Amino acid sequence: MDKNTIESSLNIEALEDRLGISRRSFMKLCAAMAATMGLPAGADAAIAEAVATKQRPSVIWLHFQECTGCTESLLRAEHPTLEKLILDIISLDYHETLFAAAGHQAEAARRAAMKANKGKYLLVVEGAIPTKDNGIYCKVGGQTAMEMLKECAADAAAVVAIGSCASWGGMPSTPPNPTGASSAGEVLGKVIPNIPGCPPNPYNFLSTVVHFLTFGKLPEVDNLGRPKFAYSRLIHENCERRAHFDAGRFAMEFGDDGHRKGYCLYKLGCKGPETYANCPAILFGDVGNASWPVGTGHPCIGCTEKGVGFAKPIHQLAVLKTMYPPVGFPRVIEERGKGATLGATALTAAIAGAAVGAGAMLAKNLGKNVEIQQTTPVEGKQS
Amino acid sequence: MANAHHPAAPLGGSLVTPTTLLLAALVLVAAGILAVRFLFGLGAVTNISDGYTWGIWVVYDVVIGSAFACGGYTIALLVYILNKGEYHPMVRPALLASLFGYTLAGIGVIFDLGRYWNAWHIFWPGYAQINSVMFEVAVCISAYIIVMWIEFSPAFLEKFGKKELKKKLSKLLFVFIALGILLPSMHQSSLGSMLVVFGNQIHPLWQTILLPLLYLMTAVLIGFAIVIFEACLSSAGFKRPLEMHLLSKLSKLMIWVLAAYLAVRIGDLLVRGALVRMFEGSIEALMFWIEMGLFIAPLVILASSSARLNPSKLFIAASSLMLAGFLLRINSYLVGYEPPIGWHYFPSVPEILVSVGMIAFEVLGYIVLVRYLPILPGNVETTVAQIRK
Repeated sequence: MDKNTIESSLNIEALEDRLGISRRSFMKLCAAMAATMGLPAGADAAIAEAVATKQRPSVIWLHFQECTGCTESLLRAEHPTLEKLILDIISLDYHETLFAAAGHQAEAARRAAMKANKGKYLLVVEGAIPTKDNGIYCKVGGQTAMEMLKECAADAAAVVAIGSCASWGGMPSTPPNPTGASSAGEVLGKVIPNIPGCPPNPYNFLSTVVHFLTFGKLPEVDNLGRPKFAYSRLIHENCERRAHFDAGRFAMEFGDDGHRKGYCLYKLGCKGPETYANCPAILFGDVGNASWPVGTGHPCIGCTEKGVGFAKPIHQLAVLKTMYPPVGFPRVIEERGKGATLGATALTAAIAGAAVGAGAMLAKNLGKNVEIQQTTPVEGKQS
Repeated sequence: MANAHHPAAPLGGSLVTPTTLLLAALVLVAAGILAVRFLFGLGAVTNISDGYTWGIWVVYDVVIGSAFACGGYTIALLVYILNKGEYHPMVRPALLASLFGYTLAGIGVIFDLGRYWNAWHIFWPGYAQINSVMFEVAVCISAYIIVMWIEFSPAFLEKFGKKELKKKLSKLLFVFIALGILLPSMHQSSLGSMLVVFGNQIHPLWQTILLPLLYLMTAVLIGFAIVIFEACLSSAGFKRPLEMHLLSKLSKLMIWVLAAYLAVRIGDLLVRGALVRMFEGSIEALMFWIEMGLFIAPLVILASSSARLNPSKLFIAASSLMLAGFLLRINSYLVGYEPPIGWHYFPSVPEILVSVGMIAFEVLGYIVLVRYLPILPGNVETTVAQIRK
């Protein structure tokens, strides 16, 4: 292999030591991320190069009204390289869960990092921000969540919301929403890139950060700020049980025959038809093989989707956004077809007979035609 | 498409005759059955099932219908590619029949589609499955239908006196004529490729990798046959003399192509070792004998040059060849198709009546248009009229 190729570069070799993973699994991961984001060929090499060489961006990670599930899902990823990579490619300068420091010492570290990396650090927001009564329902170091978010966002290179709470309010915003829980975007008054999910898939977060690192900008997002590579398709579109939906095979209650056979969960309230996420493609939360709600037999609750997750009752029927079940369904036992009926045989014979008869008559007259063509018009049927 | 030999002219005459009334009645019956089909679904009128998903509406109306509409293709191939200008007077009538055959084949597909409202998906980039043979057939056939209407439009333009437009069109027409030869070559062979995809579900007497070639060759052959057949029919029906000098030359070309086809067909059966299957006691073997008999018959009938000058023999040979092409398609798509045991198919009475209605519509449309538009060579009619005096 050429010495200049990305696979054999010294930087990647150094990375092997740093992460304690083989070059092969690192390259596979980069390729997987590039594929997840739908990037063109060659992007995997650019990603690998960027991860191996670029200076790690400073990241400030804020926690507000949440359960820390997002952080947990990143740290407890099934693939050991994942959290290593996350912690390797970013310089996590402030993270309440992971900090050894506490109290004012931690706050001082945050301010120092913000000052040192002014305009260059990445701000990650986890959790909803209470806005009712001037936001007094969530305070860190005497500062309300609203104040803290605005202060940190002012000098950030980019703000990313992680999890449903920071993305659109999430569980804390469930009606009647006593604290006025709002998303980071609402508080900042603009659409910010966000990775909704409860918890979100760590791959989607990692891919977004890696995109930022590699190309210096965040990936393309939709009108709600969600990266298109992960949130442009309904769960229903790529669901492994989709064929059952199309064929009208539904589980009607938990544990019934259809449920045991893995039929579609739409009638149990699955929100796949109105929820945008890539769970069927890369599964949920990276918690194990074939493991995502629908895969385990539970309807999707629509955790990524505002107005669906934590708002609609779990067993309420989903709104069908694009796909409707067919009007008619196949029979249980298909008819195997009839042989020739008396009528059909008679009709076929009659047509064949008429055709042969007419053909014979015509052939006969055609013979005459040539002989008498010069004197009389052809004897034939008037059409 | 002006030509030096015979400027085409409308035939004129009454449109309401016993024949046209009978044809119209058959079309109405078919329309009634189709209304039932669109209200209550395919199961209400057809005998198709999960085992036999394609009945005669696909095999006759589309596969055979488009092959029977190859007259325009074969004549265009002769006149424009092989530069045999003497056949030019045959272009318009042949093209008209092709136009009808293909347009109806295109419409006929809709009857057979269970979810016909999704039919546009095939032309929509996000939906189209560009690796599919069916995609190729569908796109080619629809493109060819449009191309043929453009090729044929000078007849309309002449009728409605749009001389300027016709002049402009005639400068571009060569493109459409070229397309009109390319597209049928593609999809007529693909109708055979579709069967190759079926694998060993097709009886060895028909399943071969050469199916695309066999289908293309028989499409050309049927094109010859149908031109002769139609010339005979319109001669008898419209009381016009036959253009024997053209037809006998055409038939000579036809039997050469037929000989080539038979060499390929039998050679392929021998090489694959499938020829012995013709001696097994089955419906398939019987149908194979009939099919081959009908292919060989024209070769025997038209062997001598005197036979090729006999319109009666020409007509019988052409009919035999059409029937042979018909049976090749019926045999390979339906008779030789072997789904798992227990499935049966024979067309239902309504299914047959719809196909009959389609043929009736084609004939009716042909009669109406040749009486109304400049299609058949004009001066011939006046000669006949003079003779009558």
